[in-house]
Amino acid sequence: MHAVRGIDLEIPAGEFTALVGQSGCGKSTLLRCIAGLEDIDAGDITIGGELVNDLAPRERDIAMVFQNYALYPYMTVYDNIAFGLRARKTAQAEIDSKVQAAAKMLAIAHLLTRHPRQLSGGQLQRVAIGRAIVRNARLYLFDEPLSNLDAQLRDEMRGEIKRLHQELGKTMIYVTHDQIEAMTMADRIVLMRDGRVEQQGAPLDLYERPATRYVAGFLGSPAMNFVETQLIGASDGGAGLALRLADGGLLGLPGAQAARYAPYRDRALILGVRPEHLSRAPGGALRAGLVRQSATIALVQPTGSRTFATVMLGDTAAVAELQAHDAARVHESIDLAIDMNRVILIDPQTDQVI
Amino acid sequence: MTLRQRRRLRLALRWVAALLVTAVFVFPIYWLFMMSFKRADEIYAYPPVWWPANLQLDTYRVLFKDGDAKAVWNSLVTASVSTVAAMFLGTLCAYSLARFRTGGSTLANWIISQRMVPPIAVVFPIFLLYVWFRWVDTYFGLILLYTAFNLPYVIWMMRGYILDIPIALEQAALVDGYSRWQVLWKVVFPMCRAGLFATAVFTFVFAWNDFLFALVLTRTEVTTYTVQVTHYFGGQSNFWGKISAMSVLGTLPIFIVVGFMQRYLVRGISLGAVKG
Repeated sequence: MHAVRGIDLEIPAGEFTALVGQSGCGKSTLLRCIAGLEDIDAGDITIGGELVNDLAPRERDIAMVFQNYALYPYMTVYDNIAFGLRARKTAQAEIDSKVQAAAKMLAIAHLLTRHPRQLSGGQLQRVAIGRAIVRNARLYLFDEPLSNLDAQLRDEMRGEIKRLHQELGKTMIYVTHDQIEAMTMADRIVLMRDGRVEQQGAPLDLYERPATRYVAGFLGSPAMNFVETQLIGASDGGAGLALRLADGGLLGLPGAQAARYAPYRDRALILGVRPEHLSRAPGGALRAGLVRQSATIALVQPTGSRTFATVMLGDTAAVAELQAHDAARVHESIDLAIDMNRVILIDPQTDQVI
Repeated sequence: MTLRQRRRLRLALRWVAALLVTAVFVFPIYWLFMMSFKRADEIYAYPPVWWPANLQLDTYRVLFKDGDAKAVWNSLVTASVSTVAAMFLGTLCAYSLARFRTGGSTLANWIISQRMVPPIAVVFPIFLLYVWFRWVDTYFGLILLYTAFNLPYVIWMMRGYILDIPIALEQAALVDGYSRWQVLWKVVFPMCRAGLFATAVFTFVFAWNDFLFALVLTRTEVTTYTVQVTHYFGGQSNFWGKISAMSVLGTLPIFIVVGFMQRYLVRGISLGAVKG
């Protein structure tokens, strides 16, 4: 059994890279291999050009923040932060200035004399981050550092870690199962699945141009809608193509995309459409690329700024992200505008985006 | 009766019950101490003398003058040294079992099974072996035996305490620049300090109270206090004064050890180490 296999990854210096995926996908294992806490059976790991396969964790010049903080209960906050510096025989004056600077940066200067058990979850996490940043390592590893915090604190710390990355300019690898954390924080996302890299790239690239159905469904909240369709020739008999829904509704594809999809004509395809690309159609003509489709509302979830409406597309329930007041009442029918320029089509046999 | 009166009565009854139970447990200790201070005629007096006329220390004086008290020193040396040795070796073994899965899943069980051997079954073969090696009646021989006999217990107990330490605490130290030995010293020992002391107390008490091995493996040089006490049971008469005084000398170190370690015996230090 191998938790990760065939990983070929290059993390650019100074970048914030997120390893993201469901639990069990191997992202934490990969991180621990980089840290040297897990042995690799095959392959090479280099950090800053140096082969580190046979180096102990302490020889790799890395700093790591653990999910459960890993703070020492018998030490004060100060000693916890200074712990890594003391291992490297740093002068006391330097330790003191570094600890004070980090504590100030993380707004925990007033807690230095306390013990971990006297701190809240958010404070513990700051101390754990403080212990890493005083180290001035060449690589920083974060193993789901925010997953023990409640939602509001998580939002706050997310911004804080991103700010730290901008201030320190260090190379950071951040493991998370939370796609929002990955999207908001990372310069680059490496999306993992079953021990392999499914796709990697800039967050918006992955979001807008997913390579597989898995990536498309993983990123975005609410998730992308997947609707079973049949690709057919347009009724005018020309080169145009349209998607037929299970209830017979037709969605015309923009002419520019016809060439790309032509080989799949008369095949069953999965239509992937994000909630924000379903809007309420205005009266009159729609701009190019938008198609009109009437749908019945099954569920309405207002969030204040937007309203999520669950509608039936063909025989599939799909979520549309509408303007706050655009959703009608449940069971009412509305006209949706689907932005066909932004949809993706997936081959159900390979789950690849075509 | 009002509710308040009833509550007071219940509290009073509870106190009475607690005092009674305590009296039952404390009485033998009280009697032992008192007997060691009594003159011979007071020991045999009937009705019993509850409190000696004067707390005379003659019996103790004799024990020290004749060199009998050295038996307590012998016990102290063998029990302390073997405890330190067993704790040191046992904790290292336990760490290896817990963190490197040395010997797979069965070695730990095999080790604790060694503790289940009845001492009487092995004491004579060991005696013959010791005669061969000329280890009979030496500190080394007794310390070696106590260490070996306590090792399984130490390994088993410490393995449990070490397994309770969140492994991330050790890994964080490894990443931060510490070697395995330093991790042991800076993380593992502090994290299981309560367990270390508790295990050490039991290890010490086992060696301290041992009678069988000391009886068979010692003669005159390293007689321990438990064996020494039996010397006062004679064919014609028992020297109750010496028996009790020697027993007091043998009990005091345990009181001191337990009293000193009490806060470690009850404190769970690892609380709050890891959330979630």
